[in-house]
Amino acid sequence: MSTAATVTGAGVPAYQKVGSISRERRWAMIGAYVALAVFVVFFLVPPFYMLITSLKSSGEIASLKGSPWIVHEPTLENYRELLTEGNYTTFFLNSVIVTLCTVAITMVVSILAAFALARMRFWGSQMLATGVFLTYLVPDTLLFIPLFQIVGKLGLYNNLWSMVLVFPTLTVPFATWIMIGYFASIPKELDEAALIDGANHLQMLWKIFIPVALPGILAATIFAFTVSWGSFIYPMAYLVSSEQMVLTVGIVSDLIRGDTFQWGKIMAGALLAALPPLLVYAFLMDYYIAGLTAGATKG
Amino acid sequence: MADGNVVTAPGVPAAVAPPAKGTLHKLARRRSTLAFVMTLPLLAVIGGLVVYPFFYAIYLSMLNKRMTRFVGLDNFSFLLTRDTFWMVVWQSVIFAVSAVIAKAIIGFILAHVLHALPTKGQRKWRGMLLVPWVIPPAISTLAWWWMFDPSYSAFNWLLMTVGAPPVPWLGDPGWAKFAVILVNVWYGAPFFMIMYLAALKSVPDQLYEAAAIDGATGIQKLRYVTLPMMRNIISITVLFSLIVTFANFDIVRILTNGGPQDKTQVFATYAFQVGIQSGDIPLGASVSLFMFPLLAIFAIFVLRGVTRRSKEMGA
Repeated sequence: MSTAATVTGAGVPAYQKVGSISRERRWAMIGAYVALAVFVVFFLVPPFYMLITSLKSSGEIASLKGSPWIVHEPTLENYRELLTEGNYTTFFLNSVIVTLCTVAITMVVSILAAFALARMRFWGSQMLATGVFLTYLVPDTLLFIPLFQIVGKLGLYNNLWSMVLVFPTLTVPFATWIMIGYFASIPKELDEAALIDGANHLQMLWKIFIPVALPGILAATIFAFTVSWGSFIYPMAYLVSSEQMVLTVGIVSDLIRGDTFQWGKIMAGALLAALPPLLVYAFLMDYYIAGLTAGATKG
Repeated sequence: MADGNVVTAPGVPAAVAPPAKGTLHKLARRRSTLAFVMTLPLLAVIGGLVVYPFFYAIYLSMLNKRMTRFVGLDNFSFLLTRDTFWMVVWQSVIFAVSAVIAKAIIGFILAHVLHALPTKGQRKWRGMLLVPWVIPPAISTLAWWWMFDPSYSAFNWLLMTVGAPPVPWLGDPGWAKFAVILVNVWYGAPFFMIMYLAALKSVPDQLYEAAAIDGATGIQKLRYVTLPMMRNIISITVLFSLIVTFANFDIVRILTNGGPQDKTQVFATYAFQVGIQSGDIPLGASVSLFMFPLLAIFAIFVLRGVTRRSKEMGA
């Protein structure tokens, strides 16, 4: 209250024309909205064009007459064909299976490890926590060739389950990192109270840490989901036959035959594949951003 | 092998500790044993699928093409004599640096603009601006590819309506590079935006009030309050994004597949082409290992930033 008073008190003599400030502010706001609008258009053009193309018949796509940015005769034929013919439903199902398994494995591994690293100090735990973060910085493109050999030796080449094996390398480190942050922020008094009540460590984790750190768990889950749903280089390198493919590689391989690009169906397939992450973010965006930025800003 | 080593090392104190009689000792022992068991799956993942493959990659890179003979560093020295490889190096660097600079600037502008909005509208705008980052790049790049299509390009149609000549988006080396960078900026700018927005929100209002009392202009506030307060998060985000962009595979692979004439080839796509498609696993492994020194330097700086940041937060 007193600061506000000082601010206005000091501000008035400096600026004689109060009206110009509010006018300036209004112009700043208009500028802000114009900038926002420009970037929203830039950012939303590809998904918009996906939708437009997916609603066109192949004849309309091939004709060079008229604007490509509008649909003259909207049709759902692309979607119908995609869902009833070809392998698209297999890809989708495969993606769902792989993602569900990866998320489950990731969460079990990272919650257990994060709890141990955040609360039960042991020899090398600090070093391991740092190591986890460094592992997160290892990109998938660095290790896909040795993993290709390893997957081959395990007899998992061209097998959907190889994805469940290799995706945790992308998801577990950061999920653990997020969870360490959340668990470390839980007050020690809660542990002490639980220990006095005779709880063991697993009960403590299950009854206190998991419920309290639920937002963090949600953030880590969304992260694991996003990564395994969108991963591209591993499926590209390790999966070759249609019945084993996931969405990211399946759309391209199945709908492009030689020189024929079935753009209507490709775009319909891409849009449907983008839908699950879009829906997840539409509802849970705040949790994810909170977890992500906390992980980066608070360490 | 590496897996086993990592696993035994932290376990030693727990296993060697003599069976203590005092309950305190027993508790401590049980606690660290349990903690170790709980981290086992993590150690298995990191040891078996990151550390081991890394050393395996080094081993692979020292074999001949058919993987029958040990050739030492021949693969690396062979790559250093190839013009294509040097082209890949420069393209990866130019690609990563220019894309990250553009992302950082766009993200900074958007974060500021969003921060100035009333809280109610902010969420909606932020949601729309995050869309590029939410769609998996392997999927959204398909839409870009289609918009760049030589005969049906939606962009060229727009250019035509304003009377400009059509652009060979993916056919000409210069434009193809531009297209790859553009798509990468499109995908990555929202990430910078949310990181900066979080950082902006963490700057205490009192600092701006104090600056206003001292008669600071908007630019001075940005220069002397906002930037110093955000410096650490900016550097962490930039370095992190450099790693991700430098190692990018999805966008180049779908959009240009390295072409025309390898003019957009980057490390990841080149390693894929050499290692998986041409079947020269050792050479492919050496290509991707060339990324490592640069990535390691970035990673050390990120880590330093993160630890400094957490110390600041703890203080």
